[in-house]
Amino acid sequence: MLQINGLFKEYKTGEGVVTAIQDLNLTVQKGEFVCLVGPSGCGKSTLLNIVADLDTPSKGETIKEKKCGLMFQDPTLFPWLKVKDNVAFGLKMTGMDKEEINKKVDYYLDLVRLKEFKNAYPHELSGGMKQRIALIRMLIMEPEILLMDEPFGSLDAQTREDLYAILQNIWLKNKKTVLFVTHNVREAVCLGDRVVVMTARPGKIKKEFIITLPRPRELSDMEVIKMSNIIKEELRNEIQQVIKETEHYEKKII
Amino acid sequence: MKRKLFDFLNFFILFTVLTAVWWFLYLLKIWPSWVLPSPWSVFAKIFSGLADFSLVSGMFISLGRVIFGFSLSFIFGTLIGFLISKNIWLKTYFKPLILGLQTLPSICWLPLALLWFGLNEKAIIFVVIMGTVLSVTISVESAIANISSNYIKAGLILGANKINLYKYIIFPAILPSYINAARQGWSFAWRSLMSGEMLFITVGLGQLLMFGRELNDMSQVMAVMIVIIIVGAFFDQAIFAGIEKRIRLKWGLTNR
Repeated sequence: MLQINGLFKEYKTGEGVVTAIQDLNLTVQKGEFVCLVGPSGCGKSTLLNIVADLDTPSKGETIKEKKCGLMFQDPTLFPWLKVKDNVAFGLKMTGMDKEEINKKVDYYLDLVRLKEFKNAYPHELSGGMKQRIALIRMLIMEPEILLMDEPFGSLDAQTREDLYAILQNIWLKNKKTVLFVTHNVREAVCLGDRVVVMTARPGKIKKEFIITLPRPRELSDMEVIKMSNIIKEELRNEIQQVIKETEHYEKKII
Repeated sequence: MKRKLFDFLNFFILFTVLTAVWWFLYLLKIWPSWVLPSPWSVFAKIFSGLADFSLVSGMFISLGRVIFGFSLSFIFGTLIGFLISKNIWLKTYFKPLILGLQTLPSICWLPLALLWFGLNEKAIIFVVIMGTVLSVTISVESAIANISSNYIKAGLILGANKINLYKYIIFPAILPSYINAARQGWSFAWRSLMSGEMLFITVGLGQLLMFGRELNDMSQVMAVMIVIIIVGAFFDQAIFAGIEKRIRLKWGLTNR
């Protein structure tokens, strides 16, 4: 389970104090897949960094199981390591026996159908392949909570669909707790049990939608499209507000 | 293989053309031969210098010095670079000082070195180190500062502790820039050494160059200059460029 209580995050800038996140409360049940949707700049990534202990909140707390896995928009595979060593990196840090690591690496590479690339270097893989490796580099640590920061944001449509299927399959098998950040509403509806809509600066939660559609879902399912249209309407006002704010800010600079 | 042969042929043609132009200018007799000697007399000087071992011994003495000075600079430069990158206090107050000192041409350290160490080997090595260590420090520091923060985040989230973070993330991540730092350091060291060697009895290539001047022997001057360029470029190309290329290929930063 993941619990975020009364979270604030403030930054000091030349202009004064900017509130990135304001009084955010969110509970993700064990085994629940929650998608966090909001316009860009609403503090989604900041929130994930705080949950992953890579950043500290100004106020408030997060209560969670110990082991978190984090996936970025950029695969951030280590270019100096072969694919298999990238996947094995976390386990090596734990000092696990080599034989056992190799077995696990093979198992997970098989899971995303990339076994034949184990001795390749990251630059030899396509964008989708890299993100698949990033996914299993996280999963191999068997984290209790998966934090995903727009992991498929930079992929083409077809590769993305492929990854939705892979992710749903894996999730249906072991039901991890997932907090998935995206600005793509249809993606959120396609993947999540619950879609949480965030407001623009300062980021807080505006509304939640429970998605009960049967799994596995596809992006092109009629129900998914319908549901996402409802949520998009909700978000539209938010986006308008960001545009207004940016214009206001730009005027101030000029 | 074919590529290499092609590169070599290109280089050979370039060399031939340059020599031909040089010879042509010499034949025009615009300048007296003590200003512009013929290429053949310069090449003859190189061969005679190699044959009577004066150039060979000068080369080895200079190489010994540069390798010693460069290695020390490289070790200290790396250590200082890592220290500065780790410590915010050093970064704020010490880094501007280093950047300032780096603008001082290395030969300007020589008077100080002569007073401190006297007319000897130590003074020369000191000049080489002062000309090299700061450039390595600055390169290492900026390489660490420029590591993508996501690599560090990924390392931390995958459970790397402080030591492992340096060993498995930070050091490999700066490797391409690090090799480049070494390469740049090498050329700084070589240049500092040559300017240092010219100023007193040092039996290195720099002094052979100065001998040429004292004897009004332009062929000798140009012969030694060519040897200095060849030695410097050989190490740059054969060692550093080779390592750099292998890393860049592995990382997918280049195709060839």
